[in-house]
Amino acid sequence: MDQLKNYSKKELLEFYRQMRLIREFELRAINERRNGLIPGFIHSCVGQEATAVGMCVALQPDDVIASTHRGHGHLIAKGGKPKFMMAELAARSDGYCGGKGGSLHMTDFELGILGANGIVAGGIPMAVGAALAFQMRNEPRVAVAFFGDGAVNEGAFHEAANLAGLWKLPIIFMCENNLYGEGTPQSKQAPVTDLSLRAEGYGFPGVIVDGNDVLAVYRAAGEAVNRARAGGGPTFIEGKTYRQRGHYEGDPMVYRSKAEMAEWKSRDPIFTFRDQLLAANIAAPADIETVNAAIQAELDGAVQFAAASPPPAPESALAGVYFDTHEGRVF
Amino acid sequence: MARNISFSQALREAMIEEMEQDPAVFLMGEDVGLFGGVFGVSAGMFDKFGESRVRDTPISEAAIVGAGLGAALVGMRPIVEIMFADFVTVAMDQIVNQAAKARYMSGGKANVPLVMRVVNGAPGSAAAQHSQSPEGWFMNVPGLKIVIPATPYDAKGLLKTAIRGEDPVMFFEHKMLYALEGEVPDEDYYLPFGQAAIRREGTDATIIAIGGTVQPAMEAAAQLAGRGLAAEVIDPRTLVPFDTAAVVESVKKTGRVVIAHEAHRRAGPGAEIAALLAEEAIGYLDAPIIRVATKNVPFPYNPDLERFILPGAADIVQAVEGVVTYRL
Repeated sequence: MDQLKNYSKKELLEFYRQMRLIREFELRAINERRNGLIPGFIHSCVGQEATAVGMCVALQPDDVIASTHRGHGHLIAKGGKPKFMMAELAARSDGYCGGKGGSLHMTDFELGILGANGIVAGGIPMAVGAALAFQMRNEPRVAVAFFGDGAVNEGAFHEAANLAGLWKLPIIFMCENNLYGEGTPQSKQAPVTDLSLRAEGYGFPGVIVDGNDVLAVYRAAGEAVNRARAGGGPTFIEGKTYRQRGHYEGDPMVYRSKAEMAEWKSRDPIFTFRDQLLAANIAAPADIETVNAAIQAELDGAVQFAAASPPPAPESALAGVYFDTHEGRVF
Repeated sequence: MARNISFSQALREAMIEEMEQDPAVFLMGEDVGLFGGVFGVSAGMFDKFGESRVRDTPISEAAIVGAGLGAALVGMRPIVEIMFADFVTVAMDQIVNQAAKARYMSGGKANVPLVMRVVNGAPGSAAAQHSQSPEGWFMNVPGLKIVIPATPYDAKGLLKTAIRGEDPVMFFEHKMLYALEGEVPDEDYYLPFGQAAIRREGTDATIIAIGGTVQPAMEAAAQLAGRGLAAEVIDPRTLVPFDTAAVVESVKKTGRVVIAHEAHRRAGPGAEIAALLAEEAIGYLDAPIIRVATKNVPFPYNPDLERFILPGAADIVQAVEGVVTYRL
C-alpha cells in the first residue's frame, strides 16, 4: 500500500493489466476446454498471478525464464502472445509449438521463454545453464527459474542450486509456494515451511515475500536481478501464495477445506491490488473497466485466431525431431 | 599426411580444434579440468583454455547435463562428460525428457547443440556400476543421436561432427579403447553420421560389431579366414541414425548375420538391428541372426566371472561358425 506512490498510474495499471490478462486467459482457456476447442489438460495459476508478473516486470527482454507445468502466467508476463498460446492449447498449427507441445511445453526463444515444463524441477538446471552461458560470455543477462514448493524436494533443484551458488551465476530461483504439491499439502512434503531456507546451504540469500502482493514481488525481484546482473550471484525468492483452483481442471480437491480456500480468495492478488488502486484514487472504476474491456477483446481475438487456425497435417508429427532429417525411419 | 595417435588423443584433438575455432564450444564435467579427465582425455586442455572453458563441476550429473542443455539453448556448444556411463541414470530426466525432446516439444524451434561424452565399457573389475554399455537404452528415445566409435580416426571425425551439429548427441567412448592407436590425418576432417564402415570384406557371413566389439570381431574374422571362412565386418559407427542400407547390402551378399555388442543382450542394440533385418532383408537370410553380447546379468567384480559374461572373439567365431553351417 505504502508503495503505490513510488509508481506512476500507468505502471500500476500495467501491473494490473498483466495479472488480469493472465487470469482471464486461463478462465477463457478453461471454458474453451469445456467447449471442446482444447483437447489437453490445463494446470491453471489462478491466484498466483502476482509472482509471475512481479518477477517478469523486473526483467529485460533478453533475459530468459524457464517455466513449469503451471506456466501460462510466466509466459504472458514475459511477453507471450495470448493468440499463439490459445492456438497451442487448441493444438493448432499456428500455436507456439505448431500443436506439438501444448500447455506444458510452450516456448518462444525470441521472448526468452525457454519453455514451460512437464517435469517438476525439470527446467531448473536449464535456467542455470543459460545463466552460465551469460556469465561465460560476459553478457549482462539473467535467467529465472520458476518452480513450485514441490520442486524443492527434487534432486534436480539441489544439483542446480549448488552449481549456481558455486559459480555465482546470474539466476533467480523464483519459488511459488502455493502450499500444495499436486494433491498433498506442503507441510506433508518437507520438514520446513519456509523453503527459502534451502538457499543458505547453497551460499546465496533466500528471501520471503507475500506472493500475492505484486509490488512486493517486484521489489524483491528487482533487487535479485540487480544483484545477479552485477555479478553478485543467485537469489532464492519464495513467494507465499495460493493455488485457487485444483492441481488440474477437474481436480476434486478433497485435500483442502472450503474455509481455507475462501480465506485465500479474500486475499486474491488481482482484486486486492485493484481495490488498493481504487481506494487510493490512483485509478477510477472507468480506468479498470477500460483495461478489462481491452483484455476481453484481445482474448476474443485469441480464441477466434485459435479456432480458425488449421490443425497440423498428421504427417507433420514426423518432422522436427532433429535439425536434419532422420524422421520417418525406425530409428 | 597422417600420424598414429591414440583414441584418447584423437578425442582431445577434436575438442581442442573445435574450441579453437568456436568460442561457444566448451567442456565441463567431473574432473575434466585440473585432473585432465579421469581417463586423461582432456589432459592439458585446462592449461590451454582455462578454467572457464574446461570446467570442473561438482558430482551432479543432472546439473551437468541440464546446464549443458540450458547453455546450448542460448547459443553455446557445450561438451559434457559423464565419467562413467553408469552415472547417466542420475541425469536421465535431463537427457530423456529435456534435451532429447526440446526441439520437438517447441515445434522444431530449439537447437540443442549438446554433446554428451559418455564413458562405457568393460572389463576392469569395475563391477556392476562402473562397467555398463547403456547405449541401447537411448535408442528408444527419439531426439537423441547415438555415436559409438571404434577407431581413433572415427573418434575424432565423429566427435567434430557431433560438436558442429545442432542436436543432442550421446557419444559413447569405450574405456578400453582409449589407448588404442590408429592412423589419423593431419588435415581437418568431419565424418558424417549414419554411414557404417566396412572394416573387412567377406562373402560368407556378416559380423555387425559395435564399439568395443569391433576389435574382437576383427580378431574373429582373422581366425575364421584361417579356416577358409570370409567374414565381413561392419561397424555402424552411429546407432542413431543407423546405416540400414550398408547392412542390408552386406546381408544380400552373405545371407548370414552375427551381431556383436557389449551392451546387455536383451533388448540391446542387436535386438533392434535384428528386427530391422527381419523387416528389410528376410528374403536374403539363410540362417537365424545370432547376437553375441554381454549376458543378461549385472557386471560381476571377479575378473573370471566378468570375462565369462562378456562377449569375446571366441564367442564371435563360434557364432559365425554356427550361422555358416546352418542349413534351412
